[in-house]
Amino acid sequence: MIRGLAMPRGRRRPPDGFRLLTGLVALAAPISLVLIVVLLAQQGAPAIWHYGLGFLTSRAWNPVSLDFGALAFIFGTLATSLIALALALPVGVGVALFLAEPSAGRLRGAIGIGVELLAAIPSVVYGLWAFYVMAPFVLIHVEQPIVARFGSVGILSGPARETSLFTASLVLSVMILPTLAAVSRDVIRAVPGGLRESSVALGATWWETTWGVILPAARQGIFGATVLALGRALGETIAVTMVIGNRPEIPTSLFAPAYTLASVIANEFTEATGQLYSSALIELGLVLMLVTLTVNVLAQLLVRSTTREARA
Amino acid sequence: MAYGGLGVAESKPADYPARRVAPVVLKALEGASPTKLAVASLSFYYGRFRALKDISLDIPEKRVTALIGPSGCGKTTLLRVFNRMYDLVPKARAEGSVRLDGMEVTETTRLLELRQKVGMVFQRPSPFPLSIYDNVAFAPRLLGWGRSRVAEAVETAIKDAALWDEVNDRLKDPAASLSGGQQQRLSIARCLAVKPEVILMDEPCSALDPVATLKIEDLIDRLARQYTIVIVTHNMQQAARVADFTAFMLMDTEERYGQLIEFAPTTDLFNKPTDPRTEGYITGRFG
Ligand SMILES: Nc1ncnc2c1ncn2[C@@H]1O[C@H](COP(=O)(O)OP(=O)(O)OP(=O)(O)O)[C@@H](O)[C@H]1O
Ligand SMILES: [Mg+2]
Repeated sequence: MIRGLAMPRGRRRPPDGFRLLTGLVALAAPISLVLIVVLLAQQGAPAIWHYGLGFLTSRAWNPVSLDFGALAFIFGTLATSLIALALALPVGVGVALFLAEPSAGRLRGAIGIGVELLAAIPSVVYGLWAFYVMAPFVLIHVEQPIVARFGSVGILSGPARETSLFTASLVLSVMILPTLAAVSRDVIRAVPGGLRESSVALGATWWETTWGVILPAARQGIFGATVLALGRALGETIAVTMVIGNRPEIPTSLFAPAYTLASVIANEFTEATGQLYSSALIELGLVLMLVTLTVNVLAQLLVRSTTREARA
Repeated sequence: MAYGGLGVAESKPADYPARRVAPVVLKALEGASPTKLAVASLSFYYGRFRALKDISLDIPEKRVTALIGPSGCGKTTLLRVFNRMYDLVPKARAEGSVRLDGMEVTETTRLLELRQKVGMVFQRPSPFPLSIYDNVAFAPRLLGWGRSRVAEAVETAIKDAALWDEVNDRLKDPAASLSGGQQQRLSIARCLAVKPEVILMDEPCSALDPVATLKIEDLIDRLARQYTIVIVTHNMQQAARVADFTAFMLMDTEERYGQLIEFAPTTDLFNKPTDPRTEGYITGRFG
């Protein structure tokens, strides 16, 4: 970002007003990021000193005995987000493929608008819908049948509940679907038409062209969409809080309640009494940032390694 | 220029009437040849727009046939009828008949078989985002060939496309790493891999520099006796250099449909055109 301030080489001009202004605006983003981290660290300092690195690996969360650890929440955050992604990615890419199809006509327009509107629904509304409509439905038509049939498998064991890791993942997957579908659609549309034509000219069917040519060509962009969606899922708070069951444990079953970093902060910070309790919650905020950052960096590295492979 | 001109450079039309006989030696025809693609009263529509009207011609087997004519006269449209590429265009339809040996092209439902028999090379090289090897193996795999048969086909095709010496040590590299001219030869290899009978080429050299163009033309020359080649070109020298037969097409001035004006051995078409419109075009008076 700071590179944007550099002059083109060999033509050094003194910074004019415009450059200065845009430079300062551009700097605002990294500076506020640093400030946020510093302030959080300052506020969370008591907990950071008191629990040390053990905070990250402890699954305790007991405000009475002041025994705090982040592991259950880290697990809940990663598990809900990844399950949501696994559910939403195939659907999102499928929708994107349909929307990118030139021959789909009017239906395509309607569905496209519908998908984009999904992104405009506030998350608290998603939460309400998930709690009153989706969760009861899923309990009866998905969770209970699965438990009845596969209950003996650990992660599918009962009892099925309305609010659970699974329900939270499901609502998250609906929430990230528009991002996945819209970005993937644009990426797929940007695949040069010559690729599709060449593939068809070799005798490939629509499916063979899609699998063998279009998706490989769009792979990187779809990956970008995935990272974007994952970012949203990791930080999503209110809708998840309403349906995850809010139990600070690492669940052994998909259908057991769990808790995420964002949810526990939102739920408990108003009632946190005592310095250690509230600074532990603030430290969870830092951990959430760390998790999001790590996921993003890993994703970037992955993208870079695949592009290098493609260019080598 | 690297190669002798036919003397029809558009820039000096004044020369023409006096020099109707081209100064280069045109390709001599080696005897008659049976018909490979029989086009009969073909009309083509994009929705309600009629792009081709009543085209009939017999494209001879194992010869190079060039389609020439001004922009928009329907050369690409005609070419894309031959392998049913127009299926990709909503509301496009063909009327009339195109027979490939016994197969009615406009009606067949055996598209894989048709497209295996009729390969196509496009104007812009469009390597798939796969390795060089996988690009050429694409069509053989669609046909369900086994590994060793695919490997053999890939090697033969790359050799036949005069690309082997340049890529044999890096078949696993991405195809995008090749130069434009190499990519175009890769496109040719890609369609040679399934041993087509007909190869359609739509301005295959227009995105290439003169040296790469020359290589493609040499390649066409070498393939010419094994395959039936139909090539669209804007370059009349190229038509004269590579084609045994040439078809001249023109757009109707009022209704804007494309029609076939003249189809003849290339030598005849360039030296003694029977239609004044053909003569006008090849001598650069319009188009
Ligand atoms: N997909 C399409 N939909 C509607 N009309 C089309 C389509 N493709 C081509 N046309 C029209 O059909 C006519 C013939 O086009 P075509 O591309 O076959 O010309 P061409 O001879 O190949 O021209 P060029 O030399 O510029 O490539 C033109 O009037 C064009 O506008
Ligand atoms: Mg064309």
